Amino acid sequence: MTPQLVIFLVLAAIAIAGAVNVILQRHPIHSAISLISVMIALAGLFLLLESEFIAVVQIIVYAGAIMVLFVFVIMLLNAGAEERTNMSRMARYAGVPLAIFLLIELAYQIGAAALSMTPQPLAEDVTRRLSMLLFQDFVFPFELTSILILIAILGALVLAQRGESVPAKGGPKTIT
Amino acid sequence: MPISYYLALSAVLFGLGVIGFVFKRNIITIFMSIELMLNAVNLAFIAFGLALGQLQGQVFVFFVIVVAAAEAAVGLAIVIVIARNRQSLNVERINLLKL
Amino acid sequence: MNDTIARSILVVSLVKVVVLLFLVLTAVAYLVWFERKVAAHIQGRWGPYRVGPHGLLQPLADGVKFLLKEDATPAGVDRFLYFSAPLLTMTLAISAIAMIPFGPASIHIFGIATPLVIANISVGLLAIFAITSVGVYGVALGGWSSNSKYSLLGGLRSSAQMISYELSLTLSVVGILLLAGTFNLSELIMRQDGYTWGHLPKWNLLNPTFPQILGFFCYFVAAIAETNRAPFDLAEAESELVAGYHTEYSSFKFAMFFLGEYASMITVACLASILFLGGWLSPFPQTPGLDWTRYLPAGVLAVAGVALIIHGVRYINVFGRIALPVLGVILGALSFLCSQPGVIDDIQGPFWFLAKVLFVLFVYVWVRWTLPRFRYDQLMRFGWKVLFPVALLNVILTSLAVVMRK
Repeated sequence: MTPQLVIFLVLAAIAIAGAVNVILQRHPIHSAISLISVMIALAGLFLLLESEFIAVVQIIVYAGAIMVLFVFVIMLLNAGAEERTNMSRMARYAGVPLAIFLLIELAYQIGAAALSMTPQPLAEDVTRRLSMLLFQDFVFPFELTSILILIAILGALVLAQRGESVPAKGGPKTIT
Repeated sequence: MPISYYLALSAVLFGLGVIGFVFKRNIITIFMSIELMLNAVNLAFIAFGLALGQLQGQVFVFFVIVVAAAEAAVGLAIVIVIARNRQSLNVERINLLKL
Repeated sequence: MNDTIARSILVVSLVKVVVLLFLVLTAVAYLVWFERKVAAHIQGRWGPYRVGPHGLLQPLADGVKFLLKEDATPAGVDRFLYFSAPLLTMTLAISAIAMIPFGPASIHIFGIATPLVIANISVGLLAIFAITSVGVYGVALGGWSSNSKYSLLGGLRSSAQMISYELSLTLSVVGILLLAGTFNLSELIMRQDGYTWGHLPKWNLLNPTFPQILGFFCYFVAAIAETNRAPFDLAEAESELVAGYHTEYSSFKFAMFFLGEYASMITVACLASILFLGGWLSPFPQTPGLDWTRYLPAGVLAVAGVALIIHGVRYINVFGRIALPVLGVILGALSFLCSQPGVIDDIQGPFWFLAKVLFVLFVYVWVRWTLPRFRYDQLMRFGWKVLFPVALLNVILTSLAVVMRK
């Protein structure tokens, strides 16, 4: 076993364990923590795939901003553990088979198509070339994303704006 | 080390995200499952990029991250509104549009 | 042959990690002492004075106190998160220091040349930001898991604050990245080499293309907010929230939060000196007229040693009368060592780096004990309506200057 394979296996194990834990945990904050561990493990895998810039952006934006927002909202709403309810008929009869089908399909496609692929060496100075690509070839989509983010900010503001505040009765409540 | 390892991992993570999306009842956790799926897709993008020796895959991941950030901002605002109006985060209780 | 080289590099790296860990923990302990002393003198007090001469053994006493106190766990906490939050805070804060380069030269330990940095990675600056951005969780989860309303409010406030100010923090260094065109911290310092008009150093703060004064202002303010220190310490505002997110923490778990806060202070101070103040570069050009500046490290140490000896022999108690002169003699010996031909060039980088970091830390402490705390709405308004636009303006002006220069 090469050291790379060992690192890959460890990180993959962390990622899968975290992803499973996201589903198994009943309290949203535990799910959020598991998801953060998945994201950090994925950042490690990105490093293994020679894309250190994306790895760092993954941690800064995903783990450091988006997930903080999730944790913030969970804390703000004082969300409690998930209510146990019966699975809807839709989920039981269509969701489970479809999810399993999707997994098999993906595994089959990868087995058929990608087994022969091996990593091609990227040239030196990946980060610089990435920025060239981003600001020259992809400059139009890049500018579009700035408009998207502006719209998102405005949308979030309009949505979350409180009308008249109604004092909650009976102290803080746990929302489930 | 073959690229298919990464792709297999990506597929497993995506599948787990789908399962979480279908099974979870808490709207925030459902949202997190979507983020998990996006992350799995990012891994596949980077792995394919390396297989082709190109950087376009990484550019796509960059855009996916940006879109995910915008989506999280709007989505969590919606979650806050729902929690405020319905006093619940359970998707089964948010059924006003159901026939 | 190749294998032995690899192994010796591994051994040297391990040694460096251990030495740096030891140094950082000591530095953190004495930073607390430094802060208490500076604060005391600002307020016309003496500060720690009882444990050891001038309170020099106070950090040791504090450490023992933290270890021996009762470690109480309140009822109803979320155990896993409650225990992991302080651990996370401390580990992340200390590990960020691994990317900081302390000097240019390779020093020679047992014949193996090794640079004064543990992890010299190509995206070093972003990696440090990544680590600090994950550091929010220590505070947020510590506040949430404690099952106390004060902790929860502290955690909520600080996560909102850290997200808001992280933006300005990252934006404030974009100007430097535009000027330098690299993320690597060592290269960022090397780009600041040289002197405008022969004397004024080309540090980014005084960059001839576009001086990063606005950027430095934004960085410094955002860094204070990012490390949760006064006047932005709303997360632990003791007049409203008891102790904020670490209200329910006691004993060594509290000490971990404490260590984490001061370690991240050291990190942002190091980063400030690297990004804006030229890192290890000397402020004096090495021209024949200014050759004597090479003896500054030795001179400073010698003056400190002599002062300690003169002051020490008249100290009020016997322990101080012995310990202070001994310390003085040690400093004198170090000073002699630093003036030797083999060492004098190696010591320049670390000396100037430490001098700048100490200066930034002093300003940090100074600000904390001078300005009153912000109110929460003032904090948010300042972050989004003043700091963020100013950082953005700095980016626009710098990019204009860079384009004009070309």
